Amino acid sequence: MKSLLARGSELASSKEQLKILTEVSEKLALPSFSDKLKEAGLYPLRPTGVDILQLNVGKLCNQTCKHCHVDAGPDRRETMSKETMQECLVALATPGVTTLDITGGAPEMNPNFRWLVEEASKLRKKIMIRCNLTILLAGEKYRDLPEFFAEHKVEVVSSLPFFQKRRTDAQRGEGVFDRSIEALKKLNSLGYGIPDSGLVLNLVYNPVGAFLAGGQSTLENDFKKELKQAYDVQFNSLFAITNMPISRFLESLLENGNIDAYLEKLVTAFNPVAATGVMCRNTLSVGWDGSLYDCDFNQMLDMKLEGKVSKISEFNKSILDSREILLHQHCYGCTAGAGSSCAGSIT
Amino acid sequence: MAQETTYYKPEDLKKFGNIGEFEPDLAKKFFDYYGAVFADGALSAKEKSLIALAVAHVVQCPYCIDAYTTDTLEKGATEEQMWEAIHVGAAIRSGSTLVHSVQALNKVKELGV
Ligand code: SF4
Ligand code: SF4
Repeated sequence: MKSLLARGSELASSKEQLKILTEVSEKLALPSFSDKLKEAGLYPLRPTGVDILQLNVGKLCNQTCKHCHVDAGPDRRETMSKETMQECLVALATPGVTTLDITGGAPEMNPNFRWLVEEASKLRKKIMIRCNLTILLAGEKYRDLPEFFAEHKVEVVSSLPFFQKRRTDAQRGEGVFDRSIEALKKLNSLGYGIPDSGLVLNLVYNPVGAFLAGGQSTLENDFKKELKQAYDVQFNSLFAITNMPISRFLESLLENGNIDAYLEKLVTAFNPVAATGVMCRNTLSVGWDGSLYDCDFNQMLDMKLEGKVSKISEFNKSILDSREILLHQHCYGCTAGAGSSCAGSIT
Repeated sequence: MAQETTYYKPEDLKKFGNIGEFEPDLAKKFFDYYGAVFADGALSAKEKSLIALAVAHVVQCPYCIDAYTTDTLEKGATEEQMWEAIHVGAAIRSGSTLVHSVQALNKVKELGV
């Protein structure tokens, strides 16, 4: 499968995606997300502070998952430069910014990835990497990454849609499950995911279809039991995440006719408690070209921050802390049920 | 198209809450009871959902089949678990049909055959 962009799909355009979300909402008479927040007394939505700096270092990826909200893939070329990374490091050094969260695509494919981690680790901040697992087996260039992660105490967050091959491969591509298990075993052998090792390995679960993630703790227990029994694999926590109705997941919702029901479900499941903890409130997202966004989803929908601080080179924590978060109908994905964030359920 | 020509309409499931329109007190009692039944207890909510999926098939309620297929998936059930549950329902249904044949047997004997 190619990315939407490489296929020349209309959905590669963020405007088109927003238009579809608006049209479906109007057709079904769904309230706007902003109105829903107003009802809950949470509008305008403001940050609690920039604690986490999330860098999307590029859209290049060795996989082309069906649900990818980035529209990443081997055919994408957008890559964060070393200069932009340097600017991000200056921002990261700001007191109060505690964590660097590196994502992509497959962030490890950025030629300056290791340099970024080394520099960030000198700042003594927490470093997280969103690793798709199969990249660790994608060739000599990447084979020693687990040791590199361990050396810098990088927290590894890896997507594994299900503890069985069929559903995982259906979402992420043929053979992904077996390679993911091999990568997890490698990480375990270094201490990742083993209690008290100090090396954290968290897994991300997201539903393989047009339904929501159920209780995170039950799923975590099931994943732990099944992966240990069948593959002798261990991990720390499971983050249950909702699929956002954008990009390639939006494409599949449109193809299988589930778009109306899915949006309706997200709106019906709106949870004001989850809304108070959405990740845009403590995270700032940086695009490959240094542009700033409230979150990775807003980034993919091209909803750039406007005003005095719109680039990472202009980073100013106090101005950013008091900004107004940009919202659209996809935000219902973060507030449905137990809520969804980069760290799983919110409530 | 097909759904317009059948008695059961998937969108009617969303109107389930409206059954209280004419008898709100009893409906409230039912929904409170329903919620309590499906909460985590000695059985987990996931186990209860699998039981509900089996029963939905036995009583052949299209609404419940839709609802509990989704619900079991949401609770992380595997296809193996879902279909084993459905087979349990099927086995009870066929077993209960066959066990009634004892009555037929009794009657045959009673009639002196
Ligand atoms: S979901 Fe992750 S691993 Fe899959 S294509 Fe997107 S960026 Fe790559
Ligand atoms: S989609 Fe982004 S902006 Fe919207 S609620 Fe979620 S994290 Fe916040």
